[in-house]
Amino acid sequence: MTPDPTAPLLSVDDLVVQYHRPGASPTRAVAGVSLQVRAGEVVGLVGESGCGKSTLARAVCGLTPAAEGRITYDGTQVRPLRVRRRDPALTGVQMVFQDPYGSLNPRRRVGAQIADGIRTATGRGEAADGATPEDLLTRVGLSAEAAERYPQEFSGGQRQRIAIARALAARPRLLVGDEPISALDASAQLQVATLMRSLAVESGAGLLFISHDLSVVRLIADRIAVMYLGRIVETGPTAEVWADPRHPYTRALLAAVPKPDGAGVLPAELPGDVPDPAEPPTGCRFHPRCPQAFDGCDREEPQLIAGGVACRLYAA
Amino acid sequence: MKRSPEGRAKFSLLRRLPPAWRRPLAVTGGLVAVFWLVIVVAAPLLAPHDPLAQDLPRLAAPGAGHWFGTDELGRDVLSRVLYGARVSIPLALLLVAMSLLVGGVLGACAGFFGRWVDETVMRIADLVFAFPTVILAMVVAAALGASLQNAVLAVLVVSWPSYARVTRGLVMGLRNREFVLSGRLLGFSAWRSLRVDILPNVLGPLLVLATLDIGTATLLLSGLSFLGLGAKPPTAEWGAMVADGTQQFDKWWIGVFPGLAILTVVLAFNFLGDTLRDALDPGTARTIGAEKERVG
Amino acid sequence: MTAGNVLEISGLTLDLGGRRILGGVDLAVRPGQVHGLAGESGSGKTMTGLAALGLLPPGARTGGRIELEGTDLLTLPPRQLAALRGRSVSMVFQDPSTSLHPMLSIGHQLTDHLRHHLKLNRRAAKERAAELLTQVRIPNPLEALGRYPHQFSGGMRQRIAIAIALACEPKVLIADEPTTALDVTVQAGVLRLLRGLCDELGLAVLLVTHDLGVMSAIADEVSVMRHGLVVETGPRGRVLTEPRHEYTRQLLDALPGRSTV
Repeated sequence: MTPDPTAPLLSVDDLVVQYHRPGASPTRAVAGVSLQVRAGEVVGLVGESGCGKSTLARAVCGLTPAAEGRITYDGTQVRPLRVRRRDPALTGVQMVFQDPYGSLNPRRRVGAQIADGIRTATGRGEAADGATPEDLLTRVGLSAEAAERYPQEFSGGQRQRIAIARALAARPRLLVGDEPISALDASAQLQVATLMRSLAVESGAGLLFISHDLSVVRLIADRIAVMYLGRIVETGPTAEVWADPRHPYTRALLAAVPKPDGAGVLPAELPGDVPDPAEPPTGCRFHPRCPQAFDGCDREEPQLIAGGVACRLYAA
Repeated sequence: MKRSPEGRAKFSLLRRLPPAWRRPLAVTGGLVAVFWLVIVVAAPLLAPHDPLAQDLPRLAAPGAGHWFGTDELGRDVLSRVLYGARVSIPLALLLVAMSLLVGGVLGACAGFFGRWVDETVMRIADLVFAFPTVILAMVVAAALGASLQNAVLAVLVVSWPSYARVTRGLVMGLRNREFVLSGRLLGFSAWRSLRVDILPNVLGPLLVLATLDIGTATLLLSGLSFLGLGAKPPTAEWGAMVADGTQQFDKWWIGVFPGLAILTVVLAFNFLGDTLRDALDPGTARTIGAEKERVG
Repeated sequence: MTAGNVLEISGLTLDLGGRRILGGVDLAVRPGQVHGLAGESGSGKTMTGLAALGLLPPGARTGGRIELEGTDLLTLPPRQLAALRGRSVSMVFQDPSTSLHPMLSIGHQLTDHLRHHLKLNRRAAKERAAELLTQVRIPNPLEALGRYPHQFSGGMRQRIAIAIALACEPKVLIADEPTTALDVTVQAGVLRLLRGLCDELGLAVLLVTHDLGVMSAIADEVSVMRHGLVVETGPRGRVLTEPRHEYTRQLLDALPGRSTV
């Protein structure tokens, strides 16, 4: 299914998400991010700890309120989840969380939990397509009789598949994965990631896949966005970004990934530490650690240009 | 444990119980609790005399015909202790159930909805916590008028905040768990979330708290009656009987037997509560009796 | 014990809770060498590392030998094992946020066992501690001695953990997934540090990790474990490019991007 080039499914515009600290100005975990995901497209959002990618994921689902900016899903503005029941129009956005051990209610059978998702889809007005929990379990690679069992009887990787089944049961048009494979065994990681991609794409949904694991994201994402300290520094088609990273941070990130080629090559180091998001550097946020910083980088904060990179080296 | 024939039979029965229950404390607590529950039901059949009848020799020491002796009005202490169980234990159980219900619901709402609901409930709870438990119970009981029902209400007033606080903590810990969030993303209403996701997962720890609390409730009720704020004479109630006993100190049997009854009930339910907690806590269950060995 | 090996594990078996965790593990580490122990979770690689330090859980029953320069660690009485632990063989764990004591200053954590094992006085211990922090490239070492773990980032905490492990100049360092919890750029720094220390100090490192990329970057020899047994051992280059065992091949094929390398 080719992505629709005209209307993005998810549109994040200048999003700012803040955390309040007592007696100090708020910390911007997400400091002005714009991002789009189209139907049938997989966008990989990568970055290291403290870059704000998980916060962004939660804001997209409405689990964290936005301080500034807009998040639009399929024409509807995403409002934060409050005490009131979720707006049915927004149940088309579903999330798969990082921790497979917290993703399922230990006191309910797996089938019942997946059935919730099925009910959500019909509750939204979608025509019942006769899907059963057993069907969904089979689609994620588990046996149908798993529906009668409790989550504790499954491994981490299997639980994650069940969580995916539950999310898919609601027939989402946007699936958000917040580090969905990080807590899994190495062998399960690629399998689950590939599963998410194929299930999303074949149902025409968009997938926003957040991860710090570049190798996996490279394999399943159509487009990639790199985040650093609350801002997107580079974005573009995966193959291009991988082959020719432009932003110095992206370059450092890719160079730091150790290759399992047996050559004994030590990965390149990026000196320094990620600054405290509460006190980001002036000007370009990456400039203190940037090997290519030049005059003015500490004063002017580069914006993400249409070419997909936020760096003064490439400014017009 | 003695290896008598009965001992060995008991031992094999033990093997059929789940691990946490195989300890002496658990078995003792269980047996004593069952024993008292049987008494509650069967007291009229087991008591040798009418607890209110004053026809025996007064202040008689324990002996034939009155194994626990008699009190200053010629009533059989044994029968009164047995009948006293029918007052103290069901009321204690009722009290705990009500505190659990009231405290649990209020605490769950405070924990789940937060903000003003949380503030209100917790500030009221704080108010109750600020007073020494027994004093506050006394004040409430006295204000309502001394009677067993009012004593129950008084203990309820001082007990619900503990449940509310624990429930609130548990619920706050759960409400941001991924499965709860994913339920809300699927369109669960707050009530459905509470009912289906949160409450079943807080019940375990709350049950442990409640079981451990049965002893406290028994003590509080008896205490109030001891102070004259609970059961009215001539009702056979353990606390009141202990109070009588203090008036006749040399006639030790009047106060000691009801006191022992209170003691055994409280201990039994405490042991049960501990066992329940160990049974529900996956960490403790595994380390019971583990030791390192070296072979070869 | 073969000459040249500083740590030699022969036929190590481990039973725990009625299950056989390790079924006869053979491994050897030489000074100045990083020996990587690869495998998925459940393969027993972590247990092998813990066995060398006598840190197995209660109820564990072991067999076989673990020889540290000739001394069998498995039969050593507890007191002598304690004397060796931290002094001749030490360990770095996976999670830097839980492997350091949250309430003791870094200086304290560095000098505690240093003074116990080497009987140094306070000043000498403090000097050594500052020296160690410089070796692991913590900026402002003297000032850092007075700070607490939560004031450092994850990567720095791991470096501090390495410094603590190296304080008494052990012969063997066992690193259990030392960089798994770290960001990739931070990992690069710690890997370089480990390799550098290994080369400079002639340290023998047993590196336990599931990450074959990490293995490829710093290991000299690689052993692959599965279900409590070592299925393949050999030089890193050979094992990762021409694996002989089917399981190693499977592990390599399961890696993302393998086919495009």
